[in-house]
Amino acid sequence: MMLSSLPPFALFFIGAVAVGFTKGLPRKVLVLAIPLLGGLNLWFNVDPGLHLQFQFLGEYTVTPFRADKLSLLFGYLFHLAAFLGFLYALHLGDGDVDGAVAEEDQTGGDTAGLQHVSAMLYAGSALGAVFAGDFITLFVFWELLALTSVFLIWARNSERSYATGFRYLIIHVVSGVLLLSGALMLANRTGSIEFGHIAGELGSDGSGGLIAAGPGGWILLIAFGIKAGFPLAHNWITESYPESTPTGAVFLSAFTTKVAVYALARGFGGADALIYIGTAMTFFPIFYAVLENDLRRVLGYSMINQIGFMVAGIGIGTALAVNGAVAHAFADVIFKGLLFMAMGAVMTMTGRTKGTDLGGLYKTMPFTATLCIVGAMAISAFPFFSAFVTKSMIMVAAIEEHHYIVWLFMLFASAGVLEHAGIKIPFFSFFAHDSGIRAKEPPKNMLIAMSIGAVLCVLIGMFPKQLYALLPMEMDYHPYDTTHVLVQLQLLCFGALGFITLMKSGVYPDEKRAVHIDAEILYRKLAPWLVRTVGGAVARIDAYVRASVLELVGSVLQVAAKAHGPVGPLARSWPTGSMVLWVAILLVAYLLFYL
Amino acid sequence: MSAPGERRPDGEAGQEPDHGHKQPIGWMDKPDFVKRLFLAFYAICGVLIVAEVVFGKATEHPHPYEGPFGFYAVYGFISFWFLVLLAKPMRKLLIRSEDYYEREGGDDAE
Repeated sequence: MMLSSLPPFALFFIGAVAVGFTKGLPRKVLVLAIPLLGGLNLWFNVDPGLHLQFQFLGEYTVTPFRADKLSLLFGYLFHLAAFLGFLYALHLGDGDVDGAVAEEDQTGGDTAGLQHVSAMLYAGSALGAVFAGDFITLFVFWELLALTSVFLIWARNSERSYATGFRYLIIHVVSGVLLLSGALMLANRTGSIEFGHIAGELGSDGSGGLIAAGPGGWILLIAFGIKAGFPLAHNWITESYPESTPTGAVFLSAFTTKVAVYALARGFGGADALIYIGTAMTFFPIFYAVLENDLRRVLGYSMINQIGFMVAGIGIGTALAVNGAVAHAFADVIFKGLLFMAMGAVMTMTGRTKGTDLGGLYKTMPFTATLCIVGAMAISAFPFFSAFVTKSMIMVAAIEEHHYIVWLFMLFASAGVLEHAGIKIPFFSFFAHDSGIRAKEPPKNMLIAMSIGAVLCVLIGMFPKQLYALLPMEMDYHPYDTTHVLVQLQLLCFGALGFITLMKSGVYPDEKRAVHIDAEILYRKLAPWLVRTVGGAVARIDAYVRASVLELVGSVLQVAAKAHGPVGPLARSWPTGSMVLWVAILLVAYLLFYL
Repeated sequence: MSAPGERRPDGEAGQEPDHGHKQPIGWMDKPDFVKRLFLAFYAICGVLIVAEVVFGKATEHPHPYEGPFGFYAVYGFISFWFLVLLAKPMRKLLIRSEDYYEREGGDDAE
């Protein structure tokens, strides 16, 4: 029973140390055993209501372990994601993978230990964050999420990955600092550091909107929003995932953004602003995803799109909507993980992830192609696949709450998901034009991890009640009726028909080796330009002021030198007679004035 | 599209094509099969429309706009075209060379 009261992150942190000191088979056993043991412990020994608390600075209660239905759901999910991630990355350090060309996976020798330790600490930090019952604990793990995961990007060992990693770190540290600032402002107002509901009308508690939350609440929303990939703060996702290692991207896609979704669900359920922010997130990335060439970057945009549905669900705030949001987060970790695994397998075996370079891989990688298609069908919400039973809860909740226009946007975005994740990802990598690449199937551990992910996508889709039972709120929802299945199939099949007509008519845009300007231009181009321009102007003004002052000082010195210099009149030695004469003159002048 | 089995000239890194062995023929290399696949798909689309005639639409929470016959089919089809037709001019406006951010002026510039 000791283990049950141990915060879940502790096992991962202790495990990370052990992983750091082991190699070969013991390390493999450890990385699989830790999430498995932790997950089983959470499932069997930890019940909702368990709290671990202590006093901090006399008046504040720190809660490093708070188990309720919401945190437990994410707890199970993160253990599952960690297990699948480590299984997928199990071959790292094994030496050459037969046929692999991605350098970081070819040997994995230099970075295998680093990647395993980093991923273990990262998964632990994610667990620490979702079980945090107070803002101080949340802040610590919020920052640790960034610090531990950046190594999964740097392990690529390229100039570009170093730069991307630093930007990733800066953005997330800023988010953490905002979180702490907001939390302190809120604590100053409420006298408590408990991480609970902050703003929004969740259910019918009528706790007020975002305005009532005050500046502390707004800052917290921005802090959570940065990690969730809110519009304008979303490019860290599309930048860092494609730059990480093939196995690193699987971990990255699972934790950070889902911790943010958890934090939003915990703090801002029913905050109206989230409906519109979320809808925008579902909408704009799909245009970029059509144009993008790097398929892992397409998945990055897809990630923002899917989080958009969750954010909108949290904003709607009814039991069905919030349940839908967290259930969709659960399903997303698995199907998005599966898609990242499939693209990681392609990258490992071909060294490429760009649509222009790939195609025709179904001939030699049929298993990977099939598993990728399962992930693609799951994310597209085909009946009997996971997103069908999770995303629909959000869509129905939008109708119930009369958000009709929002619903139309989300329906459009659902068709967009089919386009970029359902069709583009498998089509351009495994089919389309034959690239001539004859890569083999990836290592067995990768295939097994992908297979488990694929099976889960189908199981959740076919037996949703098991997932629904874990959801935090009471609800009565049945995803399967004739109409729902029929209209969803119509939307998807006629969308696919649209794709076929676009391809056949040559309207569909070619994949191009290019970048498309996004909000990242603000900090990658505009900010450096501003620093250079403003810095240059300041330097010029500074130089001018310095020169003017020096000139002034110089002329004063010149005048002084004239008077006091070696030949200046004031430096001369005057005879005593002239002194007496001047004193006499002054005395006479004084006398004249006096009289 | 390049011919099946042909290697695109732009790839220099990565897995080399296995010229020494027989190039595998996939089902996509068989035009008849692909044609039949498309026909099957068009048939499924047809069945879905007929199914709406037979079963109708009866959801627990109807959306006021989803009433017209074939709403979802039309919406799905139009969405794809709208998406692509809007993305194309967007590309003209936003496209830059691959090293855009690495060139002078970007923070990755050396």
